[in-house]
Amino acid sequence: MSATTTRPQTRKVVPAKGDRPVAVASHGALVLWCVLVIAPMLWTLLSSFKTSGEIFASPFGLPAEWSFTNYANAWVDSGLGDAFINTVIVVGTALVLVMLLGSMCAYVLGRFEFFGRRAIYYLMLAGLTFPVFLAIVPLFFVLQNLGLLGTLPGLIVTYVSFALPFTVFFLYSFFRGLPVEISEAAAIDGAGEWRTFFQVMLPMARPGMASVAIFNFLGLWNQFLLPVALNTDRDNWVLAQVLASFISSAGYAVDFGAMFAAAVVTIVPVLVAYIVFQRQLQGSVSQGTMK
Amino acid sequence: MTLSGSVIDGQPPNQTTPTGPVPGPRRGRRRKWTLDRISFFIVFLGLPLALFLIFVINPFIQAGYYSLTNWSGFSPEQEFVGLQNFIDLAQDPRFTNAVGNSVVLGLVVPFVTLTIALIFAILITIGGAGRGQIRGVKGAGFYRVVSLFPYVIPGIAIGLIWRLILDPSSGLVNGVLTGLGLDQFESFAWLGNVTTAMPASIFVIVWGFVGFYMLLFIAAIKGIPAEIYEAARLDGAGRARMSWSITLPLIRDNVQTAYIYIGIMALDAYVYMQALNPQGGPDSSTLVMSQQLFRTAFAESKFGYASAMGVVIALVTLVFAALVFTVNRLAGGKDEGGAS
Repeated sequence: MSATTTRPQTRKVVPAKGDRPVAVASHGALVLWCVLVIAPMLWTLLSSFKTSGEIFASPFGLPAEWSFTNYANAWVDSGLGDAFINTVIVVGTALVLVMLLGSMCAYVLGRFEFFGRRAIYYLMLAGLTFPVFLAIVPLFFVLQNLGLLGTLPGLIVTYVSFALPFTVFFLYSFFRGLPVEISEAAAIDGAGEWRTFFQVMLPMARPGMASVAIFNFLGLWNQFLLPVALNTDRDNWVLAQVLASFISSAGYAVDFGAMFAAAVVTIVPVLVAYIVFQRQLQGSVSQGTMK
Repeated sequence: MTLSGSVIDGQPPNQTTPTGPVPGPRRGRRRKWTLDRISFFIVFLGLPLALFLIFVINPFIQAGYYSLTNWSGFSPEQEFVGLQNFIDLAQDPRFTNAVGNSVVLGLVVPFVTLTIALIFAILITIGGAGRGQIRGVKGAGFYRVVSLFPYVIPGIAIGLIWRLILDPSSGLVNGVLTGLGLDQFESFAWLGNVTTAMPASIFVIVWGFVGFYMLLFIAAIKGIPAEIYEAARLDGAGRARMSWSITLPLIRDNVQTAYIYIGIMALDAYVYMQALNPQGGPDSSTLVMSQQLFRTAFAESKFGYASAMGVVIALVTLVFAALVFTVNRLAGGKDEGGAS
């Protein structure tokens, strides 16, 4: 590598010996990695503006004109628009519900002593570690028997249930860390259990709630197996299913431009959420590991 | 794993599992069962727990029972057949092939991903100037943010993008390779060749996961006190030596947790394999257990048989986790023996 050729210089540079070649090699590797990450994404974005003819002509060429035709086609003809709205409804509702139920459950488990608390805790742990594939067949019939198969409420309730263990685990330690004095003060001031939670404890747990909410948002938006197996009604499809249908029908009959556009539409919301909240996201990972 | 988001348990399980619910700050409470308190418990604990039991735990248990029946779903009758399904599975060439492919993923993906993630994490945290404060390379923040991009992209979109990039005629990869003068790659089907389909799929999965584990390791390495590195540097240790003798032993538990998480993911891999080769690839060379289960259940309606596959997936996952624990313990035991 070029690292070896720069070695002679290092003798006269003030920093420690060997700094230069190491820096060159390190940056080389990291830059290469970043290119490998960004290039596919940029290429997808670029291709989403090309006509099918241009896509097949050359993988490098720029689109002759920057039009949103592919997006319009995908939005209407491939049902991307409906799927986008469904995804927003399902992920939005499930996110609110799982944060609410998860924080309530974590609060009770974390701050009250009662019979069966340990059992519930370990049950949640089991729910977090077992592969979903084990549950998917019976789950299909559970939903069918409840009349929820292929409906948005059915999908929402499944999302909430499967995101619950993670939410509870994260918030459990968070609620534990809050001082007892505060809830006692609230009790002395005459607040009941409900008020103590909603007006005192929940606002205090905001930082923890924020990072769990981001992870849950990413996790739910990226969900694939649950909708593919359980959301059987085409009208209720979410984005992941539209992408999957593009793939399974991939021959030359497929509108390639629309396929690129669909990928972009699926990626942009999560990417924007990540860039906006990336500090919190990185922070929460370090918070967890440094304990 | 349930949700891709749930990987990032704020507290890695190896820290919570052995201790269980730790006694926290708590003082005696008056046990007065007022309406407020009763309704509070019913809603706060009962509601989430009911959902969890009905939609998560209940299906898990039912799967265990179905795996012992020959249930074909829509007919009401289901016969109890004992372990017959498992005997059939052992002799089902399609499934044993899928198990083999999943095991390959379970062995290769974690090793490759975590090795790359660890190297990058070390560069970003302690790879910087050899003098003065211990720090990472310049621009570490930028590298860190960009690296996590693939992690936030939905798996199905990752699969779709790479499928298009690896497309024989209009893909980016063959475009670049032929542009470099390697004409043998003109319309080379990366995902359609027995020799390249699996490596290409592994590459895509690794691409998707390196960033997240890199972030995890960065956090772990930052938790190591800087004094230890400074002391090592005074003793004349270089970067490689510090990484091998300090970083690696001190973040061993994080590596173990990461290994288990990514192993579970790799043993599933459904979304990636389904996106790259929905039919299981050339000669079923990329067909994995989860794909075979999905097809058996939802295309062939053999629900009892598919549930047995689910049990096998769960067992393989458990064996994998046990293996990682054992290897880590054996390696750790040796280290401690040498030190004492």
